[in-house]
Amino acid sequence: MGYVTVTGGQTAIEEAEKLLHHYRTGQSSHPLHPETIEKQMRLLVDRIMGEGGLYAPDHASLALKQAEGDPAEAAFLLRAYRSTLSRNFYTKTVDPGEMRLIRRISSTFKDIPGGQVLGPTYDYTHRLLNFSLREETEEDFSEFLEAVDIDSEQVEQTPSFKKVTELLKAENLLADSEMEQEQEPVDITREKPAFPLSRSARLQSLARGETGAMSALAYSAVRGHGKVHPTIGELRVGYADIEIEYPGRENESLYIGETMLTEVETVNSFTETINNQAGGLNLGYGLVFGHNELKAISMAVLEHSLATEGEAPVHDEEFVLLHIDSVDSSGFISHMKMPHYVTFQAQLNRLRKFQEEEGGKPEDESRKQ
Amino acid sequence: MSPESSKRFRVSAYNFGFLDEGSKREIRRSTLKAVAIPGYQVPFASRELPIGKGWGTGGMQLSLSLAGSRDTIKVIDQGHDDSVNAVSIRHLIQSCTQVEMTRDSQAASLIQSRHRIPEIPLRKDQILILQVPQPDPLKKVESHEKKVKQLHADKDYKGMWLHLYEDISQWGDISISADYPSTAHERYLFAPSPLPRWDVPKLNHSEALCLLGAGREKKIYAIPPHTQVTPLAFDDVPFTTENFGKASCKNCGADNVYLDEFIDDETGQKTYSCSDTGYCHQRMAERRIQ
Repeated sequence: MGYVTVTGGQTAIEEAEKLLHHYRTGQSSHPLHPETIEKQMRLLVDRIMGEGGLYAPDHASLALKQAEGDPAEAAFLLRAYRSTLSRNFYTKTVDPGEMRLIRRISSTFKDIPGGQVLGPTYDYTHRLLNFSLREETEEDFSEFLEAVDIDSEQVEQTPSFKKVTELLKAENLLADSEMEQEQEPVDITREKPAFPLSRSARLQSLARGETGAMSALAYSAVRGHGKVHPTIGELRVGYADIEIEYPGRENESLYIGETMLTEVETVNSFTETINNQAGGLNLGYGLVFGHNELKAISMAVLEHSLATEGEAPVHDEEFVLLHIDSVDSSGFISHMKMPHYVTFQAQLNRLRKFQEEEGGKPEDESRKQ
Repeated sequence: MSPESSKRFRVSAYNFGFLDEGSKREIRRSTLKAVAIPGYQVPFASRELPIGKGWGTGGMQLSLSLAGSRDTIKVIDQGHDDSVNAVSIRHLIQSCTQVEMTRDSQAASLIQSRHRIPEIPLRKDQILILQVPQPDPLKKVESHEKKVKQLHADKDYKGMWLHLYEDISQWGDISISADYPSTAHERYLFAPSPLPRWDVPKLNHSEALCLLGAGREKKIYAIPPHTQVTPLAFDDVPFTTENFGKASCKNCGADNVYLDEFIDDETGQKTYSCSDTGYCHQRMAERRIQ
């Protein structure tokens, strides 16, 4: 065991940690239980799992508690935890067409096979602060459940529907996709993929992207800084079964659980050509962990933008994919808080040298400003 | 470890060196390739660590992948052993490896540093690990990785030469103060990390292996021992290092070292002290003995 320095820096860090702990408790008498977060902060938990790249609602809830609800910190905690886990299996391909849906809408067709299912959505609620929630009690919860009589068994057994894009495919309305057929998807957490990225690497990067960053970029694309304005062919939210290959037994699967996913397929005008190929509608694709529609739609817009050539930032894959990761961006932005004494000293040294040589010219320049 | 933090981080729940063995092996493989091609940026997957990206995750992954139980590690930030980030990184390395830590650069087998190289020349049995924010010097002149990779492959560095020339035409000299673009063994242009100019010549024909890790940018590169390192310069505008005039350290009196500048609160007078605190402490201790 080596020495442990007890110095100004060390003491400061320890004291700061104590203060943080103090602030986190909020001097409240009711510690927040992670389970409460998991059950009642569902959308935030889903967002953290997506950005953290780890489907683990209980870990995400714990991360949120620990991070005082800061999404960037919570996603960061999940990612760091993820680094310690060895990868034992790759799951079999998930078919979102087989999802048990809780919500499913289409903006392209009024009548889709199976019908539209509005499901749990804020879309048509009026955003009025509900002051009665201040006084909400356990009794209110149980009374509500009894009154509306939502059979959770039945919810769980919602059937799966054929995808809307299958209709378009059958009608021969989709453009022939020139996309590469990858046998084995790359794993961006296990190798650094080189640019230009394969489609699987792009999709993975987007799936781990930060919701706000992605919606800002997708917004820029549809607002005019990009050549896309898609229609949502289908947005579906539901549960997908996750299976792995049965160890030691080929062609047999082992069910290991389910994940909630949001999938979006956008339909883009036939005038927007992918790789200069015309002749049909082009799809954009988004698939994210949990219930996160904003991110899934943004992902579909960006996925399509990246497959389309253009001058706007959204058509530049390095620009988009290297700047949407919340752990990367929050880390580097906050690193500016670290001391830069040495480099600043070096800069001063240069500046003074120039000032000496030029007889104070840079100073005069600065006075003008 | 304080009781507060041990409650937070249970060492036994994590692997030696935090990362799983497969991840550490991958990092070491990339490191070996980096050593084989001086200055060439080897891509690696880069794991998230419990410290922020941009806070030394590249250097940290190198340290964690290389650390063995017999190592002695020194961590410095800005030359300082007790700077908050150095303390934080040292703490984490120690928590998950239990290896011996030191402030004495000569006692260390691994030295992880940000922005400085220790003043005492390193030996061949030592490894210097530098944290790198931006591994590619060409990013100054071309922002796309795809194109930059091609430029390196073609050894096409005219963009950088032009950048330096324009700098001279505007300012009379090259304005780059830290992270001075340099060439490894007359082949790859590399970023020596934001070292002040002062430290760049220390890389030239160094006895020690220098590894550079950029976690966020997912690159590892190396300056192996006895590699020729040449800062880009023109015949008529040679590379120069920082000049502190007649200033010397107020604590140990050293004058041929990189100095931090201080302004006295009361007198407003400028004073200096060694940026390399380990070196400074050692000199002060030697003085007391004498």
